[in-house]
Amino acid sequence: MTAAATDVGTAMAAAIPAVSAHGVTKSFGHVRALRGASFEAFPGQVTALVGDNGAGKSTLIKVLAGVIPPDEGEVRVDGEPVHFTDPLDAKRRGIETVYQDLALVPDLDAAANVFLGRELRRMRFLHDHAEMRRRTRNAFVELGVGLVQDMRVPVASFSGGQKQGVAIARSAMWASRVIIMDEPTAALGVIQTAKVLELIERIRDKGLAVIFIAHNLPQVLQVADRIEVLRLGRRVARFGRGEADVDRLIAAISGAYTNDEPT
Amino acid sequence: MSTAMAPEPVDNGGDARTRRSIARAVLANPTMVTFGALAVIILAFSALAPGLFTQGSNFVQLAQNVAILTVVSVGTTFVIITAGVDLSIPSGIVLGQVFAVQALKLLPLGEGTTAFDATANQTTALSVLVAVTAALLGGLIIGLINGVVVAYLRVPPLLATLGTLGAGLGVALILQDGVNSATYALDPVGNGALIAGIPNLIPIALVVVIAGFVLLHLSVFGRHTYAIGSNPEAARRVGINVERHLLKVYVLGGVASGLAGFLSLSYFSTTSIGGFSTANLQAITAVALGGTSLFGGVGSIIGTLIGVWIPAVLKNGFIITGVQPYWQDVAVGFVLIAAVWFDQLRRRSRDRG
Repeated sequence: MTAAATDVGTAMAAAIPAVSAHGVTKSFGHVRALRGASFEAFPGQVTALVGDNGAGKSTLIKVLAGVIPPDEGEVRVDGEPVHFTDPLDAKRRGIETVYQDLALVPDLDAAANVFLGRELRRMRFLHDHAEMRRRTRNAFVELGVGLVQDMRVPVASFSGGQKQGVAIARSAMWASRVIIMDEPTAALGVIQTAKVLELIERIRDKGLAVIFIAHNLPQVLQVADRIEVLRLGRRVARFGRGEADVDRLIAAISGAYTNDEPT
Repeated sequence: MSTAMAPEPVDNGGDARTRRSIARAVLANPTMVTFGALAVIILAFSALAPGLFTQGSNFVQLAQNVAILTVVSVGTTFVIITAGVDLSIPSGIVLGQVFAVQALKLLPLGEGTTAFDATANQTTALSVLVAVTAALLGGLIIGLINGVVVAYLRVPPLLATLGTLGAGLGVALILQDGVNSATYALDPVGNGALIAGIPNLIPIALVVVIAGFVLLHLSVFGRHTYAIGSNPEAARRVGINVERHLLKVYVLGGVASGLAGFLSLSYFSTTSIGGFSTANLQAITAVALGGTSLFGGVGSIIGTLIGVWIPAVLKNGFIITGVQPYWQDVAVGFVLIAAVWFDQLRRRSRDRG
């Protein structure tokens, strides 16, 4: 809907990150999950966060999503330091998260899921389901999610890819700055994965900052505008589009290559 | 209105396909299946005893008989949709009765008597109001304890409400010194008919059903009730206060029981401490018959209404047709099992990866 704004968003990308982490540390007991991690995601760009198991990816996105507060360091939104106390805090700042388990309510339909906790109301206590369904349908059409013929059935009857579509579209409808996705294609087949990647690009083209965690490196190279590599709780490398290939990414993930001086 | 934006999927496949898709929609909807069962039962008895069973007065009598169970079942529907259960209904009802009686005893009526001693024609609006308030308070206390224990102490609802079932009945016995008390103060409510020919219990139950329908199906509160029963973690992530909502749902169940206590006191003109010991199981049966899933997330008020009627119609029909009424228990038992089995089948066929 905002084609013009998209171009501006991409052009301004280099200026201020939509969300960023600076020297963040986080320990769970003896485990130091993050050791001075930094991260940046720009509006109108897909930023992939890669790293081996235990590199701290999940912890980092939880910090960005307001799920856990950092021990040290700082999170900034549009360059402004913020202190999230809970995920709702982050949502209020326009940061939405698609969790790996999707967090959908299986017995409710798509519109009820999309608007859950933020229902449109009539007379203060009634919900306006017709309007919620209409807006959901429009958003699905705009994002190319499909599913508009299934607006009345509970999402339990959807396939894995369709559920993923609903979860991502829900975040896209509410996010005004950033969407964080934790392995959005992990459980999907080839065709469904292609559809989700397409959806990610469409959301980026709306001018949002998209952050996604993925293990499939060819996929990362295909869709990411920027790649940040995390290793042992710290950023070790970052690449723009076309600056990396699979071998270099593997080298960065395993510690054989670095282009980011640790702080 | 919403169709202006995107075309509705139009079924152009002709009548046969439309009919088949309607049939599938009906079968997929547990409420419709139960409704079909009730319709079949009513038709069968109408054919077997056309004169007696089909009399209008028989249906009015039936409606009055099920009114009290209807009120508690509406509350129980909410509880079961959260994937909970409320066994404490009998203690909610009895505490409602006892609180009402005790409150009436505190309300002076001049010359050393109280509202409790009033005859039917001495009843005042004030004494009815006092009795209702006290009865609702009795139910509210039980519901509040249930809610706190289930939602915040995380005791499984089956055991939490089993505990309050025993404790509530015990408190009722203590307050009553172990004996029931009779009062005619509320007779105009329980045995009157503001609308000619229709006993008061019927419109009262109807109001509760309508309120329950609006709250469950049309309000944000109802929407969140479904969400919590279906996936509490998803509800929590979008910022719904799951514990507080559960507390409200159990309070709702308790208040419905308290109201049922008031209604039974005014209908039977006496407390009945031992008289409602299976009301919990009857309510759960009605709710389950109505297609509400004991696993949470699915259910409807209309279904519950039908579920309340099925056992009542069976019993009534058996009596009228001269069959031993105990067959009602047998029939309801198997219908219940069939209904829950059906719910299981539906879930299994619906859930995909």
